[in-house]
Amino acid sequence: MDLDFNQDDINFRNEVRDFIKVSYTQEMKDELARSKNGSASKDLHVKWQKSLYEKGWIAPNWPVEYGGSGFTTTQKYIFETEMAYAGAPRTVPFGLSMVAPVLMEFGTEEQKKKYLPDILSSKVWWCQGYSEPGSGSDLASLQCKAEDKGGHYLVNGTKIWTTLAQHADMIFCLVRTSKTEKPQEGISFLLIDMKSPGIDVRPLITLDQSPAPYQEVNQVFFEDVKVPKENLVGEENKGWTYAKYLLEFERGNSYSPSLYRGINKLKKIAEDTSIGNGKYLINDMNFVNKLSQCEIEVQALEFVELRIFSALSAGQRVGPESSILKCRGTELQQKIQELSVEAIGYWSSPIIYDTFANINEPPVGPDYAITITPSYLNGRKTTIYAGSNEIQRNIISKAVLGL
Amino acid sequence: MDFSFSEEQTLLRNTIQSFIQDNYDFDKRREIIQSEEGMSKDNWSQLAELGLLGVPFSENDGGLNFGSVETMIVAEEFGKGLVVEPYIQTVVTCGGFLRRASESQRQEHLPSLISGDEIWAFAYAEPQGRFNLADIKVSVSKKGDDYTLNGDKCVVSGAPWAQKLIVSARTSGDQSDKKGISLFIVDKASDGVSTRDYKTVDGSMASEVSFENVKLDGSSLIGEEGDSYALIELVADETIAALCAEAIGAMSVLNETTVEYCKTRKQFGQPIGKFQVLQHRMVDMFMQYEQSVSMTYMVNLKLEEEDVERSKAASGAKVQICNAAKFIGQSAVQLHGGMGMTDELNVGHYFKRLSMIETQLGNADHHLKKYSLAS
Repeated sequence: MDLDFNQDDINFRNEVRDFIKVSYTQEMKDELARSKNGSASKDLHVKWQKSLYEKGWIAPNWPVEYGGSGFTTTQKYIFETEMAYAGAPRTVPFGLSMVAPVLMEFGTEEQKKKYLPDILSSKVWWCQGYSEPGSGSDLASLQCKAEDKGGHYLVNGTKIWTTLAQHADMIFCLVRTSKTEKPQEGISFLLIDMKSPGIDVRPLITLDQSPAPYQEVNQVFFEDVKVPKENLVGEENKGWTYAKYLLEFERGNSYSPSLYRGINKLKKIAEDTSIGNGKYLINDMNFVNKLSQCEIEVQALEFVELRIFSALSAGQRVGPESSILKCRGTELQQKIQELSVEAIGYWSSPIIYDTFANINEPPVGPDYAITITPSYLNGRKTTIYAGSNEIQRNIISKAVLGL
Repeated sequence: MDFSFSEEQTLLRNTIQSFIQDNYDFDKRREIIQSEEGMSKDNWSQLAELGLLGVPFSENDGGLNFGSVETMIVAEEFGKGLVVEPYIQTVVTCGGFLRRASESQRQEHLPSLISGDEIWAFAYAEPQGRFNLADIKVSVSKKGDDYTLNGDKCVVSGAPWAQKLIVSARTSGDQSDKKGISLFIVDKASDGVSTRDYKTVDGSMASEVSFENVKLDGSSLIGEEGDSYALIELVADETIAALCAEAIGAMSVLNETTVEYCKTRKQFGQPIGKFQVLQHRMVDMFMQYEQSVSMTYMVNLKLEEEDVERSKAASGAKVQICNAAKFIGQSAVQLHGGMGMTDELNVGHYFKRLSMIETQLGNADHHLKKYSLAS
């Protein structure tokens, strides 16, 4: 048991830091600093991902044969950690970490050839069609249907909470292809071109009030959309299996590096926030103790993550225990956002609608305050999405505790 | 970076597990804590025979030369078994001072500690000082090379069983100055030492200890006169690391017991573990446990860091362990319903031990403040 990295790993870490220094430009930093919901313009995301692609680092989790980075487990951890500490943009996951692993495992050779290279080079932008207005946590009850019309499927229905669908070229969808007693058994996994006639993307404006085209989520409507048969992944009615496989791939990300970054930002704010009498918020023990409590909990999560990472390195499988990461990671993220709102006091109230618009007038209050309340509001989503934290607790209860 | 245990470490764990299996079922423990002695001398001898009393000491001193991870393993397993024998007090805390003491002090005292012939206790707390290790009124006056000790120490854990005490005392400075604190080895049988012994809530024992003109010679001073506060902090942090390990041992038993109970206990025609409100409570207990394990590893791996880093690690871990101990202990009693209130079930005993660990060497509030001030 030890906490040390070997020299190779330290060299790799320096390489990652150097890359970030060059590729994560001031322009990008400025744009992200103004983002209320953590995402930037499509251009920025594509530019960033292309620089990772050129370095060979765009897909740390892919097998090398498909163009993956060939990182060791430790390198993956270092890579992820350094990116988060630097506050670098996240890669958009829908192509790279969601549909791609499913295609590699269940797709035809043609599908792999057609889609994987364009995902790798960020030529094609994907989005995810899972949730529906009537199917949230109970995803298997989904109704969006695909009828077999001989040469093609005819898709009718709607998908909701579709993140960044306004930029997407393709959507992967769970659709109902048959009505069965067990709802899971009639679901198929379909790839749909977003330019197909009959698709309508409508923005959903969320609590942070980022206006279109900077909205984070959308509702996508399908009306008699024709989808070629070759766009079915795997077998008809087996889509639920593939969807679960995808979720497994989603797991195991570490939260603590970006949480530490959040805490450091918050400390900086507390140092800059005057509380009268020549004192600053960082002198207020009441606030500082809350901050400390939060930092201690982040450290606890960090070491849960390190233990999981160490088990992975040793070739062990990580099971449903990792639901703990989603629960604690998102809850702590919300806690930091909440403390940030507390920290800025009155400056939590002004709102600027445009996310990336050039702000010609100076903001009301200090610069750093602009995004804090919107981030707090938008951050409420994290305990709801990707399997709400209540669902995660159900998973742990069943799969770990055997209840 | 690696969180796995070596073969040797696993072997050590197995040794302790079989010791507890053979000597420490619930009824045997009950007999021990209800006896007048309050601990088992036989068990103590067995721990010595197994070499466990020598875990942290160098081979030169007759020990096993193990590090903090091994101590963590011992303490965790003792936590699972609710062992009352004063291992942490003697080996981790007093041993922590002694293994840094002079050659002649080590030669004089360690053989009888490691052989199990002498039990040690650390007398540091005073009624007015709460958790502040520097708030010391116990005073020492010096004449030539000899010292005279006067004053009172409170709730000295394990003192009724101890032959030797290590006492923090003020040789100079004001009541809560960090400067001017010295450590003395005091034979409990010395003239002028009086104790009031009593049982504690968790089945252990402690004493109120008074010193009245206790005469000490120069060989009883550990380290430099007036300069021992940093060492006290260091050993306190090592003790906290061991207490955290003991706590996760106790928590793991409570969590397992609670889940098992909820699978079998039926109400409203079904096992109560089918109710989602109870499931989520148990998941939260599980998550608190996992985080506590993580913080226990963290602090034990950071004991060698420089002072500020180490002290933050210890305080951070203690905050996590205190909060988790409260939540898991209280929840385990709650989920066992009326049975959780009874003395016959082990649940309450683990709850009580965890509650005492919360306070030992400072509670969550104390360490949260300490962490903040170090940041």
